[in-house]
Amino acid sequence: MPDKKMNWKYIGTGLAIFIILIFLPQFLPRFYIYLSALILITGLLATSLNLVLGFGGMYQFHHAVFYGIGAYAFALTLTKTSLSPWIALLAAPAIAGLLGLIMGFICVRLSKLYFGMLQLSLGSLVWALVFRWYSFTGGDDGIHGISLPDIISSTTGSYYFTLIVTAVCLVLMYLIVNSPFGRTFQGIRDNPERTEAVGVNVRLHQLIGLMIAGAFAGIAGSLFVAVEGSVFPDLLFWTFSLELIIMCLLGGWFTFFGPMLGGAIIVMLRTFVGIYTEYWTLILGIVLMMLILFLPEGVLGYLKEKFKMHDKTVAI
Amino acid sequence: MEFASNITIAALFQQILVGLSRTTILFIVASGLSLVLGVLRIPNVAHGSLYMIGAFLAYTIATLFGGGSSGFWIALFLAPIGVAIISFIIERGLFCHLYEREHLMLLLFTFAFTLVFGDLVKLVWGSDYRSLAAPVFLQGSFSIFDLPFPRYNLFLLIIGPMVAFGLWFLTNKTKIGKIARAAAVDREMVGAVGINVSWVFAAVFVIGCFLAGLGGALVAPTQNITQGMDHSIIIEAFLIVIIGGLGNIWGALLGALIFGLTDSIGILVWPQFAIVFPYIAVVTVLILCPKGLLKSTW
Repeated sequence: MPDKKMNWKYIGTGLAIFIILIFLPQFLPRFYIYLSALILITGLLATSLNLVLGFGGMYQFHHAVFYGIGAYAFALTLTKTSLSPWIALLAAPAIAGLLGLIMGFICVRLSKLYFGMLQLSLGSLVWALVFRWYSFTGGDDGIHGISLPDIISSTTGSYYFTLIVTAVCLVLMYLIVNSPFGRTFQGIRDNPERTEAVGVNVRLHQLIGLMIAGAFAGIAGSLFVAVEGSVFPDLLFWTFSLELIIMCLLGGWFTFFGPMLGGAIIVMLRTFVGIYTEYWTLILGIVLMMLILFLPEGVLGYLKEKFKMHDKTVAI
Repeated sequence: MEFASNITIAALFQQILVGLSRTTILFIVASGLSLVLGVLRIPNVAHGSLYMIGAFLAYTIATLFGGGSSGFWIALFLAPIGVAIISFIIERGLFCHLYEREHLMLLLFTFAFTLVFGDLVKLVWGSDYRSLAAPVFLQGSFSIFDLPFPRYNLFLLIIGPMVAFGLWFLTNKTKIGKIARAAAVDREMVGAVGINVSWVFAAVFVIGCFLAGLGGALVAPTQNITQGMDHSIIIEAFLIVIIGGLGNIWGALLGALIFGLTDSIGILVWPQFAIVFPYIAVVTVLILCPKGLLKSTW
């Protein structure tokens, strides 16, 4: 059983961070508010990837597809239909989740590297469609200047919107990870044969996991549109997917908040190193090499190990 | 969305030839990747970067030797060797310590090299487009059924089978090839009979990367040499290797044929979405035979 005391400690820390984030716009300049929103979105996306990558042990190589499709679903519903923006917002997780289900259905009978590769090819197919379908998606130009509802059109407004949605999603994902479903899911990661043997439908669990992860990635995509006001095919290019895996690895993929931390580090690295040099991917590459060589458990995983926070029951 | 209304036999034939010359490049690059994947079990994402470096090196070497025909031939000879030397250094320096790590880690590690190489290429060659002229007698085109076909593509069509034969000879008829094939199946056993597996791996890795460099040098006269050419080729090469069967050279050839031909015929059928056709072919193959068309060494 989860240790209730530990649980409260994490909930307390989470609440404290949330409250700090609420007051952040009071004393930060506009650019940093925008950056914070971007960090939250990227962190949410990386966390959604980690649901299947870290907790499910599935090689989700092309997670960015669901992010991009969520962003396009929101943007296209806003620009091409007269539906209310709040309904458009629901289109993002719905369509991304549906895509997750379809792609999962095709991929799930394969394992490990083959799974990842088939997903990569399916994802590239989706990317190629978006990249070329000028009349519908705007092709390689994307869609810019999307008009958003007044509430979320300002920097601060979109920040608060992002913060609230991200917080809700994180809580939901935390509950999912620690639910019976989440436990079974982790059991499948650790020993698929044995889990199968005790009567669990492994494929079904994996499929549901992929759909959930896709839907959350779709929400992150719609938040990106809310903050940025534009979409472009690079959102679902495969290199971004690998960057997401790096975030999970960097933060620690056996931890719940690791990917959030990893996402924050990468976004900040890109922004601040990018100010001084255009060669920031060089730095990222070297960081990644160091990480794999010396810190394979990730930053949070390392801290967890170091401070002996060995509570197997609660996922940090 | 416009479909081509009337596709003539001549146009189809021409596109097939174009597709076959594209297949040559894809095969050379993918076979190198397949070799590394099959024997070393490294999903080497940096393979695409080595291809790009091969193209840029070919440009620089050709320019150094005064351009022209002799410059091209020297570049075609030296650029893959340069790439092989780079790969030798990274294999002995880093990869050889990582063979036991899981695939995902290896994939990310090689992706780190992609990031580093991408910026190093930008640092060395800048972000401008480069182009390399083919030798004079390979420039221009001749006509097949009154439709032009570039001479250089014909040259590629000759090179392709040569490389395939060379690889077949290397893996089946030479000692190192036989050892490498044995190591692909059971590396402990090969080590137990007194063969230094580590150096066999180094040799295979260098040969695989040499092929990436050769592909880059060969493709240089047909397109602009740019940043980002690593990103498109590596995904294509991976898909080819997967549909062909991991580690199977003939699978790589078959996969490259499927990829190259669907691409070129797609241009004829529906130009706007030509890029989509190869992916559809790949997905179809993988749904029908999830482990690839030919036998994998895994």
